[in-house]
Amino acid sequence: MLVLTWLCAGIAAAMLAIIVIYVIQRGGPALNLAFFTHLPTPVGVPGGGAANAIVGSLVIITMASAIAIPIGVLAGIYLALLGRGFLAQAVRFFSDVLTGVPSIAIGVFAYTIVVVPQKHFSANAAAVALSIIMLPIIVRTTEEAVKLVNPAIREGALALGVDAWKAIVLVTVPCARAGIVTGALLGLARVAGESAPLLFTAFGSQFWTLQPGAPTAALPLLVFQYAIAPYKDWQLVAWGGALTLILLVFLLNITARLLFPAKLPR
Amino acid sequence: MSQDGVEVAGIPRVLSPSRLRPPANPIGDRIVLGAFSAAAWLVLLLVVALFISLTIAAWPAIKTIGLAAFRSTVWDPTSGKFGLLAFIYGTVVTSAIALLLAGPIGIGAALLLAEVAPRRLALPVAMLIELLAAVPSVVFGIWGLFVLAPVMRNIVEPALAHALGFLPLFQGYFYGVGMLTAGILLAIMILPTVSAISRDIFEAVPRDQREAMLALGATKWEMLTRAVIPYARSGIIGALVLALGRAIGEAMAVTMVIGNKPAISLSLFAPAYTLASVLANEFTEATGQQYLSVLIGIGSMLFVISMIVNVLARVLVRGASGPSRKRA
Repeated sequence: MLVLTWLCAGIAAAMLAIIVIYVIQRGGPALNLAFFTHLPTPVGVPGGGAANAIVGSLVIITMASAIAIPIGVLAGIYLALLGRGFLAQAVRFFSDVLTGVPSIAIGVFAYTIVVVPQKHFSANAAAVALSIIMLPIIVRTTEEAVKLVNPAIREGALALGVDAWKAIVLVTVPCARAGIVTGALLGLARVAGESAPLLFTAFGSQFWTLQPGAPTAALPLLVFQYAIAPYKDWQLVAWGGALTLILLVFLLNITARLLFPAKLPR
Repeated sequence: MSQDGVEVAGIPRVLSPSRLRPPANPIGDRIVLGAFSAAAWLVLLLVVALFISLTIAAWPAIKTIGLAAFRSTVWDPTSGKFGLLAFIYGTVVTSAIALLLAGPIGIGAALLLAEVAPRRLALPVAMLIELLAAVPSVVFGIWGLFVLAPVMRNIVEPALAHALGFLPLFQGYFYGVGMLTAGILLAIMILPTVSAISRDIFEAVPRDQREAMLALGATKWEMLTRAVIPYARSGIIGALVLALGRAIGEAMAVTMVIGNKPAISLSLFAPAYTLASVLANEFTEATGQQYLSVLIGIGSMLFVISMIVNVLARVLVRGASGPSRKRA
């Protein structure tokens, strides 16, 4: 009967293998230099790439990280070292719950608080949405990482007369560096492939857009829009985008896990 | 706040260095430790803001249509008919299929990883399954659209109709895109959630539960099914509920393989629509305040459902993980 459990795990691993192999097979031919350097071409015109979407994604993700990483790391340190009582319990609980909120609902939220007042779609709005999705992952991973640091190190610093904040910022936090970086990487991995919240925030674009206030192309969005289009050459670009996303996300995940192989938030 | 900070930082009041020299930099402490707790408050406020702003934006729809939306199956925004029943039906059916498939397989895989396989093998396999969780949903979507859907149309659906065609569930045209395809794709997507959390739960089952069973002469299989699984039951239910929450909220992959047709059909092969996929598909095309407000209302429904589901699941999972474990 124990064979059944092997079968179950086999199915799960096989699904991953099948999907990855297919994406490599279909997306591989699309990944050439033009894919990374050219704008998309109109239907029927050969060549063309997804350069604007790649740059757009980078812009959005960078802005999202700039919002989520500082807040997430600070809140994580709070939970690990200072947090007692109601606030800490509530933050822990709701950041766990926040990981389960559908990303599309968070997209709607970003739409109502950024796009509606601005009256147009923008990379800013997308960054807000993605930062909310990253936040709980960074908070909980930072908390775990900082908790693992031996308190004796900090107490040693305090015994030498160091201020409490210096002991935390200069002694404990540097010891938890690897785990904190892991939290940021996992947060990035979680949002790098997110497409649902971008639909009505970044919206997508056929052109170069570097202003964060304008509608912006993004790679996951391009994969969605081109995959459901009825044109073979667009679909090929979509597969190329899918392969790029999967490679990026796996790279981030594996790096994160090698760096800090402790238990991670789910 | 700074007082809390100093206490937790481990300085007993009596031995505080302030006795020996002028008070240590209380301003620095107040600023930095204050920043930590401000960030924590921000996380909390964010959840409150999410709830409030979604409710406000959906309010026009709630006020004008209200519960009538849950009694109507007609979705025709151009003539102002906003019945949600078809979406709810599609969401329930696809999530149920996903859970029925991913539940047993995920729990089985978790048993292997936690109990059966040697650690050397379990770790890499667990990592592979976790990588499956990292695959972006749009990648699942494109794979489902171009690989899974044709397989469903040409092989799986005809075979099911042949074997089980006497049930209305497996009758009708083979579209390839539809509730069954979406359910299977969702099953693959939530499989890692089920298996990773169940694995944590199994690992939290105390050793003496197992040893007592083995000492009574049980085989390993009997030990698992009669000592480990019953002990872990509530935690496993929590894992399943959490996975259900993911399935309900998944938008992109589903919208690419479900056919996007607001209709209720008994046949699992038929195209349908879910709450999340209608949002993904129609939000940017919504014209008119009411249409948009209804869609935002659907977004807030998804938010509230996910909150309820997650709170329930976390309570179950935490209970099962016991005091010896920090958390699941």
